[in-house]
Amino acid sequence: MATQETAKIARIMRAPAIILLLIWMIVPLAMTLYFSFLNYNLLNPAGNSWAGLFNYKYFYTDPAFFQAVWNTLILVLGVLLITVIGGIAIAMLIDQPIFGQGVVRILVISPFFVMPPVAALIWKNMIMHPGYGVFADIAKFFGAQPVDWFAQYPLFSIIIIVAWQWLPFATLILLTALQSLDGEQMEAAEMDGASFFSRFIYLTLPHIARAITVVILIQTIFLLGVYAEILVTTNGGPGYATTNLVFLIYRAARLNFDIGGAAAGGIIAVVLANFVAFFLMRAVGKNLD
Amino acid sequence: MRRMTLLMGAASAFVIAAAAQAQEITIATVNNGDMIRMQALTSEFNAANPDITVNWVTLEENILRERITTDIATQGGQYDILTIGNYEVPIWGKQGWLVPLEFDAAYEVDDLLPAIRGGLTVDGQLYAAPFYGESAFLMYRTDLFEAAGLTMPAEPTWEFIGEAARKITDRSADINGICLRGKAGWGENMALIGSMANSFGARWFDENWTPQFDQPEWKAALQFYADLMKDAGPQGASSAGFNENLTLFQQGKCGMWIDATSAGSFVSNPADSTVADKVGYTIFPDAGTGNHGNWLWSWNLAIPTSSKNAEAAKTFITWATDRAYTELVAEKEGWANVPPGTRTSLYENQAYLDAAGFADEAKAAMDTADITKPTVQPVPYTGGQFVAIPEFQGIGTSVGQIFSAVVAGQSSVDDALAQAQSLTTREMTRAGYIK
Amino acid sequence: MARAVTTRAKIGFTAAAWTVALLIFFPILYAIITSLKTEPEAIAGFDMIPSFTFESYRAVQTQNDYLKPFMNSVILAVGSTILALIVAIPAAWAMAFSPTKRTKDILMWMLSTKMMPAVAVLVPIYLIFLRFGLMDTRVGLTVMLMLINLPIVVWMLYTYFREIPGEILEASRMDGASLWNEIIYVLTPMAVPGIASTMLLNIILAWNESFWTIQLTTTNAAPLTAFIASFSSPQGLFWAKLSAASVMAIAPILIMGWFSQKQLVRGLTFGAVK
Repeated sequence: MATQETAKIARIMRAPAIILLLIWMIVPLAMTLYFSFLNYNLLNPAGNSWAGLFNYKYFYTDPAFFQAVWNTLILVLGVLLITVIGGIAIAMLIDQPIFGQGVVRILVISPFFVMPPVAALIWKNMIMHPGYGVFADIAKFFGAQPVDWFAQYPLFSIIIIVAWQWLPFATLILLTALQSLDGEQMEAAEMDGASFFSRFIYLTLPHIARAITVVILIQTIFLLGVYAEILVTTNGGPGYATTNLVFLIYRAARLNFDIGGAAAGGIIAVVLANFVAFFLMRAVGKNLD
Repeated sequence: MRRMTLLMGAASAFVIAAAAQAQEITIATVNNGDMIRMQALTSEFNAANPDITVNWVTLEENILRERITTDIATQGGQYDILTIGNYEVPIWGKQGWLVPLEFDAAYEVDDLLPAIRGGLTVDGQLYAAPFYGESAFLMYRTDLFEAAGLTMPAEPTWEFIGEAARKITDRSADINGICLRGKAGWGENMALIGSMANSFGARWFDENWTPQFDQPEWKAALQFYADLMKDAGPQGASSAGFNENLTLFQQGKCGMWIDATSAGSFVSNPADSTVADKVGYTIFPDAGTGNHGNWLWSWNLAIPTSSKNAEAAKTFITWATDRAYTELVAEKEGWANVPPGTRTSLYENQAYLDAAGFADEAKAAMDTADITKPTVQPVPYTGGQFVAIPEFQGIGTSVGQIFSAVVAGQSSVDDALAQAQSLTTREMTRAGYIK
Repeated sequence: MARAVTTRAKIGFTAAAWTVALLIFFPILYAIITSLKTEPEAIAGFDMIPSFTFESYRAVQTQNDYLKPFMNSVILAVGSTILALIVAIPAAWAMAFSPTKRTKDILMWMLSTKMMPAVAVLVPIYLIFLRFGLMDTRVGLTVMLMLINLPIVVWMLYTYFREIPGEILEASRMDGASLWNEIIYVLTPMAVPGIASTMLLNIILAWNESFWTIQLTTTNAAPLTAFIASFSSPQGLFWAKLSAASVMAIAPILIMGWFSQKQLVRGLTFGAVK
């Protein structure tokens, strides 16, 4: 379909999106890069001076830095694992003939509609609270000691909350992919004696590979920047257990008002994110074709 | 022709004058009960000042602080009235970001509680009008104390509190001896721990701004706090702030609770509290140092210099912090609901003292709080439960995170103190305090 | 996947599916129940039966008018989505049907514009908004939301358009259809489900965006996210009110999702040619 004429039209059609995003990317990026080389503290606007690479060194030597990077990766991986595996499982379940499929679908999708801070508050205070939360009541019912989720398993608790919010997205995308699976091929394989497991590995998975890739890529971008949930529940604690990279930047920007430092942190975060994206593309990128 | 021009001129001058009368002010405020009540009473303000429209922006405290600080530091001019604490007022007043406030005699500015007023004055100039004031005190369950055969002394020591808490604790009955803040944040757990440290004789920095976490006083204070929380504190304490502990106390699950004096109005309200009639109040404990923590906080209304409607803003502030406003609230919602802690006259008003059973103790707490001399040893800063330097928000929150890890059982007291020491030294060196 | 299954299996699947769905939905359900409780009831512990009082909703409406933030949320969500689609549909079309060597790189680059944490770039954006008088304007915020979601919209549309089989276009071309006719009568009907899906996804993302909508607004353009922020964590009891405010904030989008769920689920064929 790519004739000369269509190629030219195609270039014109692409232009607006590319130009807009270019401006959107370059202007803030340039300003952030500029700020990262300054001693710029909002509370002391007169005291701007050139700082060179100091902000970067300072951010990088923060005692919480390596833990923050580690926590960021664990958070992303944890949520990806839960949502992709859970998403496939739930999508396969909902894909079966069941009564009230419409209602089930909307119930499963609903967490995606809740604003992140509200979701975190609900989970923290109504469900996970060791004093009067739902989990505590269940534990007490079985005679066990309620778990203090945010003290004992803080990062895991955050992963649960974020995974709950993103599960619908993954399920939805995977469900639509599943629904185009060729039923006849499956039946043929079943009649040939293929087990459920091998049918899954050799027929289902390849078919939904592209969908899985889209889910992983889009979710990773959002998950690298999770911070509302952390802010509302643990404030990065206890210790540095739930401090991720974005939270460190938040601390610099909103608590210290160290704009230079926050800018340096932002650049570091972008570099790291690009790293992650690069490896991600190498791992799953071929599925996109 | 000339008459026409004259008429037009007169008409337009009239229109311009009339238009100039109608002003709009935007007030940014925190979403606590007193401010929400004020928002509901805006119609009264409009009745007296029909030409001023008031736009309200109510946000949760942390978000509010971020928004306001960004706005004022960039001279954004988004707000005409800011609700800020006595933490920001001296810092921003010194920066020249706030309009100095002058009131006429009818306002009775000398009626303001001296401790509060002092916290808002820089170089003899008042920079904000206090709307709400609080200190901290100890609330306890009179029935549980009686049952355990304990009597609360007038000036309890931490030692006594520690013993009493452990005695009252009954895990099987879900009674915690004492509930204290544990959630990480400079205004959360550090407000309490900072005041505790003061009462143990500790200080954040010495005269050269060297952090003092390696000193015996801090070790004593933090060790006591950690042990107390483990033996007599509630579950989930490491993420418990004011609201969580309030909930526990109102449900009868705390034997004692040390927190803001404003809590008094909540725990004694029979509509929400199951133990409303069983609460006693006394002063913040000390460790034999005579220092009761010096917790003093006020929410104040201030005008940023970037505001374009300073006159109208001043009118509103005068209305909202005047004695007449207190009487208005009392008339509409009862004396128990008036904003406390700003004027001496309130505490001489028998009707208020009758309605708020904790008023005497609250006032006593506020009177003993001296934020200009918050610690036993000399210090280069002011501030009782905080340190009035801009860097404290970040440092306080980081240290708060470390200390909440102790309560969560994730760190030892010694490790936490060492971490706090190195972290604070790093930040203070960066900020240029330590040469 | 319409296979014949035994009724027993169907009941089994139904039970499992409903259990999972209810478990997932539970936190929201509990928030709805809590919104119908009084404040002391809300913190009294786990209780599935509320007293069915609407006092929290009344208190929320009295404290903070719901209508204006609601209208703002709608304008911002729908506006930014329409803007995004206007820009993204041509781009995704071009990339799907006239792919070049650089297409995948361009797509990755677009996604990479989302890698900068919002918090790091807050002050530059804030200053830009102040400078150009965009602060607290619906226009400014709409453009902002459009820009941050544009990469996702382009991606989703690209993926959907890639599914449209080229053979049908070849067939219509051989039947003598002009390019314009091709677009209107052949491609568009096949693209509509995908566009609808993406549109709904973007509306949801814009509706829930909790950072810029709070940082760049005061009174005029503040949407429901700011509305909620005025109900979280004040001093004193607020659970019932926060639950009520949350229900009021998510109800519109939940209802919209319910009515359009077929669109949300259809659209993607991901490879199989029907």
